[in-house]
Amino acid sequence: MSNIATKTGKNEPLIRTIKRAELPKNRVIMLRLAALLLALIAGAIFILCIGNNPFAVYTTMVKGAFRSKLAFQGTVKLMIPLLITSLGLTLAFRMKFWNIGAEGQIIMGAVFASYFAIFHGDMPHWLLITVMMIAGMIGGGLTGLLPAYFKAKYNTNETLFTLMLNYIALNFVVFLREGPWADPTSPGYKKFALFPAEARLDKVFGIHAGWIIAIIVLIVVFIYTKFTKQCYEIDVVGESKATASYAGMNVKRIILRTMFLSGAICGLVGMIEVSGNAGTMTEGITRGVGFTAIIVAWLANLKPMSIFVIAALFSIMEKGSSVVESTFGVSEACADVLQGIILFFVIGCEFFIRYKFAVRKKGGKA
Amino acid sequence: MEKGKEPVYAIECKGITKTFGSVVANDHIDLNVKQGEILALLGENGSGKTTLMNMLSGIYHPDEGSIFVKGEEALINSPTDATSFGIGMIHQHFKLVEVFTAAQNIVLGTKEKLESPKVMKEKIDAICNKFGLEVDSDKKVYDMSVSEKQTVEILKVLYRGARILILDEPTAVLTPQETEKLFAILRKMKEQGNAVIIITHKLNEVLEISDRVTILRKGQSIETVVTAECDVNSLTELMVGRAVSLEIDRPEVEKKEAILKCVDLTIDSSDGTRGIEDVSFEIRTGEILGIAGVAGSGQKELCEGIAGLLKVKQGAILYNKENIVGKTPLEIISLGISMSFVPEDRLGMGLVASMGMTDNMLLKSYKKGKGPFIRRKPAKKLASELIKKLSIVTPGIETPVRLMSGGNVQKVLLGREIESSPNVLITAYPVRGLDINSSYMIYNLLNEQKKKNVAVIYVGEDLDVLLELCDNIMVLCHGKITGIVNAKKATKEELGILMTGGSTKGVTKVE
Amino acid sequence: MDFGMIIAFIAASITSGTPILFGTLGEIVTEKVGHLNLGVEGMMAIGAFAGFMAGYTTDSFLIAILVAFAAGALAALIYGILTITFMANQNVTGLTLTIFGVGLANFCGHFARKTLEVESLKLPEKITDQMRAINIPGLSDIPVIGPLLFSYNPFVYLGIITAILLAFYFNRTKRGLNVRAIGENPAAADAAGIKVTKWKYINVCLGGGICGIGGAFTIMIINKGVWISDCVNGLGWISVALVIFASWNPKKAIFGSFIFGALRQLKYYVPSSIGIPGAIYDMLPYIITTIVLIMASVRNSKKNAQPASCGVNYFREER
Repeated sequence: MSNIATKTGKNEPLIRTIKRAELPKNRVIMLRLAALLLALIAGAIFILCIGNNPFAVYTTMVKGAFRSKLAFQGTVKLMIPLLITSLGLTLAFRMKFWNIGAEGQIIMGAVFASYFAIFHGDMPHWLLITVMMIAGMIGGGLTGLLPAYFKAKYNTNETLFTLMLNYIALNFVVFLREGPWADPTSPGYKKFALFPAEARLDKVFGIHAGWIIAIIVLIVVFIYTKFTKQCYEIDVVGESKATASYAGMNVKRIILRTMFLSGAICGLVGMIEVSGNAGTMTEGITRGVGFTAIIVAWLANLKPMSIFVIAALFSIMEKGSSVVESTFGVSEACADVLQGIILFFVIGCEFFIRYKFAVRKKGGKA
Repeated sequence: MEKGKEPVYAIECKGITKTFGSVVANDHIDLNVKQGEILALLGENGSGKTTLMNMLSGIYHPDEGSIFVKGEEALINSPTDATSFGIGMIHQHFKLVEVFTAAQNIVLGTKEKLESPKVMKEKIDAICNKFGLEVDSDKKVYDMSVSEKQTVEILKVLYRGARILILDEPTAVLTPQETEKLFAILRKMKEQGNAVIIITHKLNEVLEISDRVTILRKGQSIETVVTAECDVNSLTELMVGRAVSLEIDRPEVEKKEAILKCVDLTIDSSDGTRGIEDVSFEIRTGEILGIAGVAGSGQKELCEGIAGLLKVKQGAILYNKENIVGKTPLEIISLGISMSFVPEDRLGMGLVASMGMTDNMLLKSYKKGKGPFIRRKPAKKLASELIKKLSIVTPGIETPVRLMSGGNVQKVLLGREIESSPNVLITAYPVRGLDINSSYMIYNLLNEQKKKNVAVIYVGEDLDVLLELCDNIMVLCHGKITGIVNAKKATKEELGILMTGGSTKGVTKVE
Repeated sequence: MDFGMIIAFIAASITSGTPILFGTLGEIVTEKVGHLNLGVEGMMAIGAFAGFMAGYTTDSFLIAILVAFAAGALAALIYGILTITFMANQNVTGLTLTIFGVGLANFCGHFARKTLEVESLKLPEKITDQMRAINIPGLSDIPVIGPLLFSYNPFVYLGIITAILLAFYFNRTKRGLNVRAIGENPAAADAAGIKVTKWKYINVCLGGGICGIGGAFTIMIINKGVWISDCVNGLGWISVALVIFASWNPKKAIFGSFIFGALRQLKYYVPSSIGIPGAIYDMLPYIITTIVLIMASVRNSKKNAQPASCGVNYFREER
């Protein structure tokens, strides 16, 4: 019998993948921490390779994000757009609508908000800010609505559609900057006008009020995803459109509504960035947040509170990297490389939550 | 070994064991089949038939045990290995590339170079002639009917020169007539010295086609018997493990009133083709109306049309004399018309696979109550009640239903529908994939509803069950009604003829 | 626009479309086995840097191309390991590869400048000569035909040959049929005895390698052999768009890349007196792609569609 078993095992692949029973929560957390640790080690090797001390770099990075009041404020400023965008994307992703168009939605939100700042800057401060917020949300929402409409009606691939919209939006901004919205008072290089003071978000504790908006959005999205009928609908549609319509849901309306919401939240980010952070419109207003947020939302398993934690970690890393850059004289791209390495490990670790490798039983000739 | 004394088997399995996580799918299974023999592998769903065959065809690896092909031990580690041993498997869910032609699918993965469509066609036609098959080798798979697809699957295996054929539930999707055709082909293969293993849970097919039967139960091989020495009862007993009465109750309900009436109903299916055409029938309270027909004859469209999921092109659906055509699914649900559709993958519609029982209870009732917030408490209570009432086995009330076994999933679905106390209950394939015990539990549930004066529509596949359970049976063929018969008087053959649109003379029609 | 300018415009369009052609071909090869790799931008960036440094140190154009290919393939291998073996989400992995790849190229460029202690990295004359537009005496001088057919740098010919070879591979060979089957229905391919995992790896890496060559183009031709950060500058994303435009067909990709190249060149050739702002030209490829995408879905035909399993990872024992 054992002889036969040995023979059977001979040609079997050495390692193969099998599904594992669902892991308990604490094991999942352990696994993720282990992946993070491995990632940090891999990052350390990379830092060693370029001739620096990894411990020094890592501590500088963490310290750098908090070393002064100003640094801390900088970290928070980085976190605001990332957090809100990730929360917005969460709604779409729960519906399995692969919205990778947050970049475009942020930009269009910023454009809509900027219109009032540039052309109606004479409104009273609070009115102007309110109008800009609403405009930003409408701008982002409409940008989200467009691919949603075609998805609902013709099942058009939303991943590619939203991706295209990012670039259309970006070039639209260039068009505005070079043409109709160019600052007439600026000679030579064409740019947008600086916003008047009325169009700037107030500062609270030294940081623009975007952080308050972020906390409000966090709480609202948390409640929305956990307790509302609407989010229940989103979850069902995400699982199966057939089941949703079977249950009497208006699937098309849910897709449109959710994508408008998702886009509107991203559009709000655009408004916060132009009004609170930059004080003007620029093409680079998103700083790639729309893409990073996809990764944040996904890593957080689409859970609002986890998004808060992961967005914080990302922001600390980004802020810290700029300090590392100045201290160690490495390129700021170092942050992207480290981020990439860490992400590769964390993405890879998800596998071990659902599957495991089975090594061929002993006895076969190795 | 006393190999000399034993006949040399085309294939022989000894002590095959396979576990998935903590589930033992196959537990030291023994099985053998000779050349020129048809072996039936009989067992309930979940008894490990498909797992065993997947090991023979190289999809899974056995944890223990060995396989012998023509007396030599064979190490089958991949489908390619299986092919080289002359083993070919025809899967229950066809493994075909939709955008390829029949010919492309047939030659896929074989060693030789790609040839012109003409040469491929010649080769394929040669095989077709040998076994009496028919196929259009230039037709794209997405344009094919189910039985055409099956033919392509069979050709795929024969093209590779298989001498040992394994068919996994091949008749599930065929009409009685198509089944006959398939059996003729199988017999031809047998005559030419091939070994055939046919997996099924339909007893009369076992008796009709096979030479010997190996019975599996809960992952173990219970016995191998010569078919000629068995009957339905003895096979059932071996399969279930104890004597089972195969009688299904048909309680009589006195007060019957017409409740739902379809008049000249025409509905297109979601891909734009005609689903059903000019269908008229009536169902009364306290009655089970069976719907028979080959898969894809319009059952789905009819159910979805009544439930408001598909647009009605023409005709009317009268519910208590009120036309409900044009109402939204939600309005129809609130009228008390409930549908539970069990599609092929069981979780596609009706339940949300990744959600627990609580959230699944809410599926049709989440909108109840004012305000934007959802109420989970009553749903939770309902879920725990159902667990007790229907003895549903689940690790926990919040465990995703996709982790539950098929029978329990179906109980959850049907239980929820019944709890909404409907007036019309539409069930499609509610016992698909269930073992005999669970099936009978479902029949009882339906009969209880019938006694409560609910009008039940039962879309089924197994004609024997339809004949025993229902009061009347409506037969659909290509979207048209070919007959409505009284189930007490009709026979299976009559249904078979109606299913293929044959003449209906001499059939006992209702009224 | 006079006739000479039209010729110049067409020639410029073809050159300008070539890096996109490489990116598109690479992505087609990848998507044919059912993997949507949004890391084209990153793979091109890595290919660009590796190719550049190889050229810088060896003076050989051929070695530069080979190294760019190898580097792109290696980058794709990361994606492959994560999505094929580890079954990770393809969108997220691809995006990460873009962040990582662009970052790594920029970082290494900065690092190389610092280590070599030079102000700017520039390819030596020896190699820039090899990648200049060819000049076949006699042929290149023929009016119209000369500039249209025999006046390009070696990349252009390499790209077109690659496309034709790929078209042959996918449509005329058994291997190509097998590979397409993997992208359409991996379970069917597996049951037919095709080594799904192996061919997924081969195609994903091959695709990455082709993207890598496209990256080398951006630095060697567009930036004339001077290293700059962010040299790929969005061409990778245009390539992803062009895959849709070309409906997963390598031959149509040739045609599509020239159209996209033309759109990118248009603004230099249309007289500015017409008054169309430059941004509109830059927007056109994306708008056209979006329209193509919508039209394809409205027609809802099974032909010319994305391989059916694209975006979904394959696990044999999934039940």
